[in-house]
Amino acid sequence: MTAVNLKKKKSDLRTLFGYSMTAISGACLLATVIPLFAVLIFVAIQGFRSINLNLFLKLPPAPGLGGGGVGNAIIGTFIVVAIATAISVPIGVLSAVYLSEFSGDNQIARAVRFATNLLSGIPSIIAGVFAYGALVSSGLFGFSAIAGGVALAVLMLPTIIRTTDEALQIVPQEIRWAALGVGAYRYQTVLFVVLPAALSSIITGVTLAIARAAGETAPLIFTALYSNFWPRGLKEPIATLAVLVYNFASVPYKSQQELAWAASLLLVFLVLITNITARFFTRKKAY
Amino acid sequence: MTTAPYSRTEPLASRSNLEKNLEKAFKYLTLAFAVSIGLILVAIAALIFSQSVPAIKAFGLGFVTNNTWNPVTSQYGILAIMVGTLVNSGLALLLAIPLGIGTALFLSEDFIPAKIRTVLTFMVELLAAIPSVVYGLWGIFIIIPLIKPVGMWLNEYFGWIPLFSTKPAGPGMLPASIVLAIMILPIITAIARDSLASLPPELRQASLGLGATRWETIFRVLIPAAFSGIVGGIMLALGRAMGETMAVTMIIGNSNRLSWSLLNPANTIASLLANQFAEASGMQVSALMYAGFVLIILTFIVNILAELIVNKVKAKY
Repeated sequence: MTAVNLKKKKSDLRTLFGYSMTAISGACLLATVIPLFAVLIFVAIQGFRSINLNLFLKLPPAPGLGGGGVGNAIIGTFIVVAIATAISVPIGVLSAVYLSEFSGDNQIARAVRFATNLLSGIPSIIAGVFAYGALVSSGLFGFSAIAGGVALAVLMLPTIIRTTDEALQIVPQEIRWAALGVGAYRYQTVLFVVLPAALSSIITGVTLAIARAAGETAPLIFTALYSNFWPRGLKEPIATLAVLVYNFASVPYKSQQELAWAASLLLVFLVLITNITARFFTRKKAY
Repeated sequence: MTTAPYSRTEPLASRSNLEKNLEKAFKYLTLAFAVSIGLILVAIAALIFSQSVPAIKAFGLGFVTNNTWNPVTSQYGILAIMVGTLVNSGLALLLAIPLGIGTALFLSEDFIPAKIRTVLTFMVELLAAIPSVVYGLWGIFIIIPLIKPVGMWLNEYFGWIPLFSTKPAGPGMLPASIVLAIMILPIITAIARDSLASLPPELRQASLGLGATRWETIFRVLIPAAFSGIVGGIMLALGRAMGETMAVTMIIGNSNRLSWSLLNPANTIASLLANQFAEASGMQVSALMYAGFVLIILTFIVNILAELIVNKVKAKY
């Protein structure tokens, strides 16, 4: 009997194929990650030039003039996102409570989960069209912060439902039994035991949804519209950072383009910070 | 011993009616909110459909086969714009699929230490979190100037192919598709990676035990087993690509003419809506709603297919 040599030969065709495929897939990874760095570096280089106190305190300059800031858009973004959060968090969290605590995965739950997936698949601009049809063209609010907030709320809902649903399901069954065992009602168990236990994961999910919503532009360009002034009320058109970037990107004036880069830097910074913090917090589990 | 153990002097307090009702009310409240998710979805479709009725009556199905979009003469058809949507997202998929699957393979097999893998995975996910409008800005000032010489070269040497038959105008289908590809890469990567990672380890061990190399295992065992998951991810990415608005709007050039050349400006349904809604009135609003309705139908079909495919995989393993 001759022993079979199990050592792999470096020149073997199969080995070479393996090496080259490893190299190719590694190159794919590089090609995927390079754009991220390219975006981050260019936004940082172009944006940092205009970072100063005025950026946060001043209004955008008239076309052709220099200086100024994006103060109105920062406040506007905050207002519109706050409206969206106020609408979407209660609906999202309570829906998720039904899915995870009361449904027992029945037909309704399956239908709601399917609807949530479909809702997360609708293009963001369709949420804008919906808010436009329901609130703007119907004359209910006109172009306004409220219409913009409603459009963003539609987009935040699926994320909030999913993260809350997952967070609640991770909470160990034993603590529900314990609460029920000492005589608590289901609603008490949910409100005072299960939800607090899942709170940090829920907040993480909501924060990520907020960061995503703050960068959304498409649903805002014809609901919240844009305004060159300080916010004047919830029923008035309002400036947001994202729409400011869109509007100022295509104008030929240098100072406005610089503000667009600065506003982009603020948005990217927000996204980076929230994502890294979320990453950090989800690593630590309460149970 | 004066008291017997376990004796209770009072009976257990029975639950008051108020509390019983609270208990029920809370359950039905959450049910109502859960059902409202479905209602929101229906409301979106119903509202957009009802507002597009005037346009549907005026143009009928000819809306999707006619390619003039002219608010001045109230002539509306979205053939060129639908073709633009499909070509743009198709081209982006063509670029993103090999890159995404290659990346997913590299991140799911242990070529590099787990720690570095986690960081790289996080970075790929971060690509998806960067706002679309930032990609648009980046595309205008970085990608378009970068791609223009390539377009010139393609036109000079391959101009006889209709796809490259015009001089690049700057904004156009090619740069828009490239940026769109970058934006959908994380979806394809994440889902392909998940479906590869969720395969039972026995599959891999069995194949390696039979003497297959790592890459033979990947190509002959893992990819076929994860195939429907990967396809589902690609479908989801397609849905996202068709609806992606800002980056495409800023880069594609927004021309409603039908053209073979990828170097020409084009338009997509989402970009059309983004550009025209704020200033539209009368029949134009209805025509835009009709276009939006077409977009919803397209993305619903793609998303439902994706959902079915992905669920099939879950059922298998």
